[in-house]
Amino acid sequence: MIGTALDLIIAALLVLGGIFGLIGSFGLLRLRDAMQRLHAPTKASTVGLGAVLIASAIAGGSWQEVLVTLFIFLTAPLTALYLAKTLIHGHINPSDVPPAANGAQWAAQPPVAQKQ
Amino acid sequence: MIALALNFAIGCFAVALLLNLWRLAFAPTNTDRILAVDTMVVNIIALIVLYGIKTASGINFEAALLLAFTGFASTIAFAKYLLRGSIIE
Amino acid sequence: MIAKIFPHPYLSLTLGVLWMLLVNRLAVGSLVMATILAIAIPHISAAYWPARPRLVRPMALLGYIGLVLHDVVVSSFAVAKIILFMPPAQIKSAFITVPIDLPSPEAITLLAGTITMTPGTLTVDIAADGRSLLIHSLHAPDQGAIRDEIKSRYEARLKRIFA
Repeated sequence: MIGTALDLIIAALLVLGGIFGLIGSFGLLRLRDAMQRLHAPTKASTVGLGAVLIASAIAGGSWQEVLVTLFIFLTAPLTALYLAKTLIHGHINPSDVPPAANGAQWAAQPPVAQKQ
Repeated sequence: MIALALNFAIGCFAVALLLNLWRLAFAPTNTDRILAVDTMVVNIIALIVLYGIKTASGINFEAALLLAFTGFASTIAFAKYLLRGSIIE
Repeated sequence: MIAKIFPHPYLSLTLGVLWMLLVNRLAVGSLVMATILAIAIPHISAAYWPARPRLVRPMALLGYIGLVLHDVVVSSFAVAKIILFMPPAQIKSAFITVPIDLPSPEAITLLAGTITMTPGTLTVDIAADGRSLLIHSLHAPDQGAIRDEIKSRYEARLKRIFA
């Protein structure tokens, strides 16, 4: 009885993970704006991989998958931040970005915008 | 039931990998190329883990962890190269 | 005495638990190695921790992690719905400035990471003076509501956790 319930949970997690992984990569193709495309892999793909890893941890009865999950969840925001910085630096028009509070400058804005 | 779900998930991630390849080949900006490679790494880790469930062996864990490490470092290095023109300053 | 052996107790605890997870088996030898690492690494890397984050309520941090995990799952469903079913022309993306009032760099880092992982938002940049974050929202019909939600849902909790 418990075995069947566990099987159900594992199967559900696997299907969910596969669908989310596919959605994340599909969003990379479908969204039009470069900033919008950053959203798809950081959320959908990470959750898809997380679901697969949890399914693997339950199926194999091992704790090591938790480590990979932890690492992916910690590094996904950093990757997204770096890629967003490259976009802000090279592709986004500075006038599209709202100003910071208290009249401060954004850290990654190109020096041209700072001269005014 | 698990075998069916396993095959479905493997199929999903394989199609996702193909979509990433398409994006990598026809990307509007360099940032999109880095993003495609990063997503490919995530999808490949998922495929490795799924293969580990299929063969019921624990040895795939090390491969997944190492790929996560190198994937993260290479994504940051690529992004830094775009930002600053060099990786180690 | 204990403070001298463990100058950075949370780092020591994390290192010990990580080592046990990596070894993946509960044996005396692994526990000894975990203890050695938990004592040695904080001492060796002490020079890189000039100002340690001070946790006022460590237990509240666990509750915060639970809240974020819940939001990650919920928000990924929302993002999936936008990606799959919303016509690209209708997606209203926007940059939003969020003024922040957090005491420590660690708290700001945690908030930035949280924003990236949750409701359709992405941290893009931080102001040079560290007092505001630039975020990008995938679909933002009401920008003020998103700003208020981040401030009340995440920043207020972090303010209580970090001194």
